Amino acid sequence: MIALRQLTKRYGQFTAVNRVDLTVGSGELFGFLGPNGAGKTTTLRMIAGILQPTSGSIHIAGVDLLRDPVAAKAKLGFIPDRPFIYEKLTGAEFLRFVAGLYDQAGPEVEQRARELLSLFDLEEWRDELVESYSHGMRQKLIISSTFVHRPAVIVVDEPMVGLDPKAARILKDLFREYTRRGHTIIFSTHTLEVAESLCDRVAIIAQGTIRAAGTMAELRRELADGEEGLERIFLRLTGENAARNLIDVLDA
Amino acid sequence: MPEAVPARQERLPDPPLLHLLLPKWLTARARATAQTRGKGARVAILALTGLLFWAFIFGVLARLLTYFRGVQEIGELMAGKLLGLGLLGFTSLLLLSSVITALSSFFLARDLDTLVAAPVDWLRLYGAKLLETFVASSWMVLLVSVPLFMAYGLVYDGGVGFPVIVVATMLPLIMIPVTVGTAVTLILVNVFPARRTRDILSVIAVLAAGGLVLLFRLLRPEQLARPEGFRDLVEFIALLRTPTSPFLPSEWAQQVVMGALTDKIPWLSLYLLWSTMGGVLVLGALLHRRGYPAGFSRAQESAHRQVSKWGSLARLPHRVLAPLGVLRRELLLKEIRVFFRDTTQWSQLILLGVLVVVYVYNIKFLPLRGPGITFFLVNIVPFLNLALAGFVLASIAARFIFPAVSLEGRTLWLLRSSPMCVRDLLWAKYWVGTAPLLVLALGIVGVTNHLLQVSSFMVIVSLGTITLLTLALAAMAIGFGTLFPQFETENAAQIPTSFGGLLYMMASIGVIAGVIILEARPVYSYLSAQAFGTTADPTEMVLGFGAAALLCLIVTLVPIRIALTRLEAVER
Repeated sequence: MIALRQLTKRYGQFTAVNRVDLTVGSGELFGFLGPNGAGKTTTLRMIAGILQPTSGSIHIAGVDLLRDPVAAKAKLGFIPDRPFIYEKLTGAEFLRFVAGLYDQAGPEVEQRARELLSLFDLEEWRDELVESYSHGMRQKLIISSTFVHRPAVIVVDEPMVGLDPKAARILKDLFREYTRRGHTIIFSTHTLEVAESLCDRVAIIAQGTIRAAGTMAELRRELADGEEGLERIFLRLTGENAARNLIDVLDA
Repeated sequence: MPEAVPARQERLPDPPLLHLLLPKWLTARARATAQTRGKGARVAILALTGLLFWAFIFGVLARLLTYFRGVQEIGELMAGKLLGLGLLGFTSLLLLSSVITALSSFFLARDLDTLVAAPVDWLRLYGAKLLETFVASSWMVLLVSVPLFMAYGLVYDGGVGFPVIVVATMLPLIMIPVTVGTAVTLILVNVFPARRTRDILSVIAVLAAGGLVLLFRLLRPEQLARPEGFRDLVEFIALLRTPTSPFLPSEWAQQVVMGALTDKIPWLSLYLLWSTMGGVLVLGALLHRRGYPAGFSRAQESAHRQVSKWGSLARLPHRVLAPLGVLRRELLLKEIRVFFRDTTQWSQLILLGVLVVVYVYNIKFLPLRGPGITFFLVNIVPFLNLALAGFVLASIAARFIFPAVSLEGRTLWLLRSSPMCVRDLLWAKYWVGTAPLLVLALGIVGVTNHLLQVSSFMVIVSLGTITLLTLALAAMAIGFGTLFPQFETENAAQIPTSFGGLLYMMASIGVIAGVIILEARPVYSYLSAQAFGTTADPTEMVLGFGAAALLCLIVTLVPIRIALTRLEAVER
């Protein structure tokens, strides 16, 4: 469903993403992990067609994103980490607008919108302007807007930020159920427990290159001794030795 | 039992006022010293435009004041009256702008969470934010007052001490309305939620400004320049001697400045200015101490904004726009909704309406009847009227169409990640801006043509030209707005004042001038032929009008094409 080949992004002299090769299959829930500034958001925004890669290719459901962006994006939904949306639209209008971007309208969209708003406890807010929504409510609205047009692939940057425990739980179930129906989801997260419990496979990126990718069992087999958790593997790959002695820091 | 240890007197943190202003200062410095591409050219163009503006104000005023100085008895009174009116205008503007600026600096600014949560003394916070409001709301008035006082100082030989008097006068004159405006905002925020207050204020401010403009025009101030309209000279002088209002700070300031230039400084007026400033500062601070915590707290509450449902009427736009397809229909509806629900956007339409009324009113009173008014003059005026109407339309396009792409900055992630073509987005933005602009353009030109009773040839020429010009000016606004986007600016009103906005206005003036020059020759030959009973040369007509139409066509298509390429390459 998602195929990245030698994907590279440079900002002047700085290489944010360096020759990344990655394939995420149909029906797969894929976790993208890495420390701050590792290149996660840049990679996801390139997959979403927002950033142009310096070199390399991106295929979404077999369509080359760079050659035929409209066809590729028609199969894709993106959920950013910062919920900036039109302040002067109501929740319902926003969902209708997003569906319209994917050329979808009518009773089916209305029905989906109602169901999604209700799922995330936004039903009462459907006719309120977005400007009166809290951070978490906006995040829930953006998530709903992605599911309203039923894309084959969903790209999510930090899905749990700002969500209350109930919404976080609903989202996890939604992700699971959605991928069970053959759709693909790739998401970045800093919450390793979420990645460990939810993902079919994960990739760990640091300094713009993929350090490891596979199922939890594969990662443990290749990188850890026996039953080590994802946190140990993550720290080992992303430079745990660089961590300063906490006591030194606090006493300084 | 251990002996009680006397508690050590803990020194409370007390950040000074200047420390609170440090982030603003550092931000301004970083912005000034940042090396960005094309910055030198940008600064040079801005400086040149500023200098030209100053030179223009200075030139006009110096000429007028020199004339006044030569008129016995009443010249000095008229100079004083003019200054008084100018300063009254300044203080009214400052009052309005500080009410709106204070809302942002005291209640909505992003740094307030940090400052209010920090151990900052209430008076320091008030002082810092008041200074911020002072600078933000008065810089434009200060810039305009430089050539104004230069003209007064030079024409009336003010001497080296004059700038000191001006500074001593202007400081309290600006501080008074800023402090009063801030206090008004504080009271309003305590009554309404801050976000709703912003809406209310923007409408009030625009209504007040529109009312002032309309009132000023309807008074027909040009009559003041024709003393023969008064019954006798004594009545005229008596009118000039009467102060606009003896209780207004602008009147005291006028007396100080004119006194310093002509006779001697009226110290009482200066004392009144400074003591009033002191008084309003103390009252403002006390009000702040009493009302700010509750007001700030209220400002954090979001205003519930439920959109009224119109039942089956709500579906009407959907049905009307259905033939355009789902995507274009939704894009158009989004543009229209976002525009009309943002009070800061549509409220300026009121001011626009007032300006259009004033424009038409001016045309109505043009002395184009009676002896000495030739057929040429009657028909040339509407032709030149096109240039003026074109300039008005360019200004409106700069305010409403130029920011359209910039305002999409924070939501570009959604549009860029969707399968929508950039062409559709630009199409929606272009037509949502152009359609009402075209209606306005045809309305202005049609009504003024009717008032001027021009020939049917001029009606066709002017309506055709203004249609093509509107399409071109709107396309240029989209093009320049995309080439020089201000993605981080949230306030749409600030976007046209950027460098790109300035370039757009300059380019628009160039295009309007080009079209008028290209059409001048065929219009002149047609009118000559009409006046002298000959036939106009058809080649000249086709070439002239054809070249003007071609220019408009190029200026419509090229900017849209550039915008398309540019927007497709935007990475955000």
